Amino acid sequence: MPGAVPGPLAGEDAIENAAQGGLFRDAARRLRANRAARASALILIALTVLVIVGPWLSPHAYDATDWDAISQPPTLAGQHYFGTDPLGRDLFSRTLVGGRISLLVGIAATLVSLLIGVTWGATAGYLGGRADHVMMRIVDILYALPFMFFVILLMVLFGRHLVLIFLAIGAINWLDMARIVRGQTLALKHREFVEAAEAMGASRRRVLRRHILPNLVGVVAVYATLTVPQVILVESFLSFLGLGVQEPMTSWGALVNEGAEQMESAPWMLIFPALFLSVTLFCFNFLGDGLRDALDPRSD
Amino acid sequence: MLRYTVLRLLGAVPTLLLLVTLAFFLIRAAPGGPFDAEKALPPEIEANLRAAYHLDEPLVQQFVRYVGNLTRGDFGPSFQYRDYTVTELIATGLPVSFRLGLAAMLLAVLGGVAAGTFAAMRRNRPADHAVMAMAMTGISIPNFVLAPVLILLFAVHLGWLPAGGLGGPAHMVLPVIALALPQIAWIARITRGSMTEVLSSDFIRAARAKGLSDSEVVIRHALRPAMIPVVSYLGPATAAVLTGSVVVEEIFGLPGIGRYFVQGALNRDYTLVMGVVVFYGAVIIALNFLVDLGYAVLDPKVRY
Repeated sequence: MPGAVPGPLAGEDAIENAAQGGLFRDAARRLRANRAARASALILIALTVLVIVGPWLSPHAYDATDWDAISQPPTLAGQHYFGTDPLGRDLFSRTLVGGRISLLVGIAATLVSLLIGVTWGATAGYLGGRADHVMMRIVDILYALPFMFFVILLMVLFGRHLVLIFLAIGAINWLDMARIVRGQTLALKHREFVEAAEAMGASRRRVLRRHILPNLVGVVAVYATLTVPQVILVESFLSFLGLGVQEPMTSWGALVNEGAEQMESAPWMLIFPALFLSVTLFCFNFLGDGLRDALDPRSD
Repeated sequence: MLRYTVLRLLGAVPTLLLLVTLAFFLIRAAPGGPFDAEKALPPEIEANLRAAYHLDEPLVQQFVRYVGNLTRGDFGPSFQYRDYTVTELIATGLPVSFRLGLAAMLLAVLGGVAAGTFAAMRRNRPADHAVMAMAMTGISIPNFVLAPVLILLFAVHLGWLPAGGLGGPAHMVLPVIALALPQIAWIARITRGSMTEVLSSDFIRAARAKGLSDSEVVIRHALRPAMIPVVSYLGPATAAVLTGSVVVEEIFGLPGIGRYFVQGALNRDYTLVMGVVVFYGAVIIALNFLVDLGYAVLDPKVRY
């Protein structure tokens, strides 16, 4: 049906797109002007490249034991740049390989929470009325549960499968996203271009997909960026308790845990993974804040 | 107000029931049981054990029994600590966890509100940027990283404070700081945001026009409305502090509830894990309820 009247609908889209293009252009300009956010983005890109490429360039495999270099402090000789652990494994390789897991979990679990949260929130906000009431009441009830304890429980009960980690962490982090998206959708629903599209006979599904969801991109991008560090934190927390990925595979949380046990005799084992973890979280938080300020038209 | 209180209390019942149901069936769905040992037990003994703990009954009957006992404050016997009930174990851990959590929350609110207000009063000046950069660092350093670093610095290198264990107030300093710092940072950010907004509103301009000093304006007029978002954050903050106390108790060797939880989880001590999840869940639900009542005190526009 909407396809039968391409003219007016296309025109409506064009007006909306023009307005939106301006918004995103302004946002991009503001983001570029934010030096902290720009630096964070660069550091994150560099970190990602290092984590992906680094282990191949290192002369030592992450799980190879070097019996001549046990608990060795960082040194350029022997090419153990970050030192080794009590099993003689190279900490440089382990930190980077652990970073792969932490970043992978961070991004994958964020996507899971995004998928659930945006669908839930946009549906509730757009349908409104009783459906909205019931859906948001469910979110309220879930919000009151001590979720972290459930994730620990899940990990203990069903083993430490990587996919389970994504799903469990993603499944607990969608509530905020759903609330934010719902609020935004409610506000959008009464805007002229949505009413115009409805008046032209566009179906609910089309309005949702074509008009509501694209306008949520900004908000969703901000909260996704802020969800990634939270998720990395949860994964590290689980790994720290010994409930994350299994040996010899590792992640930043697991490395911090090993480092904390050896910190008096081998402080480098704590310092390097802790530094990588903290810098990553720091940069994601800064970038998320920068994006939020950039997308807020009042901030000029 | 009374009507609202009763309604909210009734509303907490389904949440609690969902919590209990989820935890109960999750644990029963898991592979492995509490009597898994290196050596298999003789079948008669295992059957006796299962009967003694009612594990031989149908699942639904076990569930009804468990919920019934819960309403009497009975969390059942611990499977691992054979001679103790879960209620007794929680009661042993509670004083430690309670002191730790309460001190951390107090420090978080006082420190966070002070830092956030300070930053808001010097908006966009170097002091503001410095405080906010510190807050950003605070929310980016997880407490399981912070705790070992604090031990390394203050216990191992400087030798000022004990590295762990239960003892006098000095033993609580590092754990409380490790637990509170991320929350101080969050509360500082929230306070700065709301305080900035309040300080630019008309009634504050009127108060200034009366000739009040900056600090008088903040204390007498701005603080109360600016606290509303902070109060609404107290629910999530408590949840974060309770979760964080699990690792902090583990790192500092404090015999609190969090340690029992980790041990119980690793030993498949069903009733103990359930008990802690339900207990902490109830604490969080109760706190959210108090927070909602707190709005009415702070915000004259909220009437129930």
